[in-house]
Amino acid sequence: MSEGWLKEKSPFIIASAFLGFLMLIFLLLPIINTVAISTDKLGSAIMSFETREAIFTSFYAAFLATLFTFIFGVPLAYILARYKFPGKNIIDASIDLPILIPHDAAGIALLLLFGSNTLIGSGFSKIGISFFRTLFGIVLAMAFVSSPFMIRSAEEAFKSVNPAMEKVARSLGASKFKAFRHVTFPLAFRGILTGCLLTWARSISEFGAVIILANVPITAPVQLYYVFTEQGLSAAVAITALLIIMTVAIFIVIKLITAKPFKPVY
Amino acid sequence: MSVQVESLSKKWENFSIRNVNLKIGDGEYFVILGSTGAGKTLLLELIAGFHKPDSGRIIIDDTDVTVLPPEKRGIGFVPQEYVLFPHMTVAENVEFGLKMQNFAKAEREKIVKETLEFMNLSSLRNRLPMTLSGGEQQKTALARALVIKPKILLLDEPLSALDINTQKRMRNELKRIHKELKITTIHVTHNQVEAFILADRLAVMKNGTIVQVGTPEEVFHKPKDDFIARFVGFENLFEGKIVENRNGIARIDIGGIIIEAVTEKTGECIIGVRPDDIIISKSLFKSSMRNMLKGKITEFVDMGSLVSLTVNVDNTVFTALITRRSFLEMTLTKGSEVFLLFKASAVHVI
Repeated sequence: MSEGWLKEKSPFIIASAFLGFLMLIFLLLPIINTVAISTDKLGSAIMSFETREAIFTSFYAAFLATLFTFIFGVPLAYILARYKFPGKNIIDASIDLPILIPHDAAGIALLLLFGSNTLIGSGFSKIGISFFRTLFGIVLAMAFVSSPFMIRSAEEAFKSVNPAMEKVARSLGASKFKAFRHVTFPLAFRGILTGCLLTWARSISEFGAVIILANVPITAPVQLYYVFTEQGLSAAVAITALLIIMTVAIFIVIKLITAKPFKPVY
Repeated sequence: MSVQVESLSKKWENFSIRNVNLKIGDGEYFVILGSTGAGKTLLLELIAGFHKPDSGRIIIDDTDVTVLPPEKRGIGFVPQEYVLFPHMTVAENVEFGLKMQNFAKAEREKIVKETLEFMNLSSLRNRLPMTLSGGEQQKTALARALVIKPKILLLDEPLSALDINTQKRMRNELKRIHKELKITTIHVTHNQVEAFILADRLAVMKNGTIVQVGTPEEVFHKPKDDFIARFVGFENLFEGKIVENRNGIARIDIGGIIIEAVTEKTGECIIGVRPDDIIISKSLFKSSMRNMLKGKITEFVDMGSLVSLTVNVDNTVFTALITRRSFLEMTLTKGSEVFLLFKASAVHVI
């Protein structure tokens, strides 16, 4: 990046800087303003049992959703990164669908498949797992909407590892799994970890699918919605600020971990 | 350990090999020579087991390994650009194969120490690959492949990423390793000098097929067709007709110029003369060389210690090499009249 770009005094650069500044204001001002006007109310928000409970539920469910998408999403990402097969383009495109469809629509879709009166839902009920208005439902909704983040991050991470490394590992006596475990996975780890953090952060903030499928136990975004609709804006400010501060903290952690340039390992 | 490739064919992305047959003897240093896209790497990777052939067989030491995965073939593989594991030190890279084959820790440490000493890498054992020079990376990749005592060693363009001086050093290193370990080696390259110096025998590959197999002497001085001739450095290639053949000495008309060559052939042919087999003189002198042509220098290229001359002989263009010293002593330049002299035995008839 040119260090003297400001000194260039090019009309194009100046216009870009001005428009970019306006964009930054648009992104940051609502957040800064909310935190600034609620500092005196943060204490009461933290002390509220319901708020603490909702935040814990969000964090815990997001952790389980991340675990779920890790177990099922990382293998899919590996296959997509390494292999060609019929229908790959369709599968590849469909991974991003959860991001594209409205999240309350996603909640309805999940309810139609996993609700108590459905074939799959009643099947799971027999082994004690129910999705409607349960923690399992929250995890399912979170996993559905945030899985593209895990899969895409892991896929890019695997693509950045030279396939020749696996060939060499196999020539040295490693099976396909050992080559993956000792060479590919360690080298892709930082990218996969980024995927985990993004999945977790996205899951915490999920509202639309969760409120349809499982509005209880109450998560932080659902709690915020109830407080806003029942008690008004000023009551919701403190929880909002708390959620923003926690989200920003997660964001800083992600940026610190991913600060080192992600270089392809060729 | 011997290697046999029987009627091997494979189509893979933009590359293909067709009906390849090879027999490589125990302890032989075998080079597969060809230009980019000839299919050399694909052939090597098929022998390694990274791809399944469409048809044909691969036999290593009398065992059909065609359906065996790479980890069961007993091969050592050094890919292009070495591909060291960046998250492991030199010692850990070298140790990797022993770990995968479940050697005990104490034994691994002993073998790694001995291998690093053998390859003169002991002082680098705790370094990460990104801190190594090209030559050091290449030696580490070799050590990693050799430590598991493979039946055959497969080298994919091992010297191509190195500068000329390091290439020379590493060529000597490869020769030393091969001489001491006597390991069957298959080395793939596009570099003729590398092939000529290292190979016990070599195969020339073109468009996925093997076009000639032989010793370096046979391939470089008696190429089977004009493609091979051009590839191994014959620049003076001409179509001609053998107009007379007496006692094995043929007179060949290449468009008004008569060239004498040692051959039993008759009829249409292609002849080739290596630029380094042509002697340049400003005057004729008594000599056993049967071919003496007079021409004019139309171009010259100073290549450092040698000068390449383009000489027009009755509208037929020859390329010859002369030392820089001789070029200067004879005060040659564009337009200088010279004589080209070469032996009949230096003319290769295809």
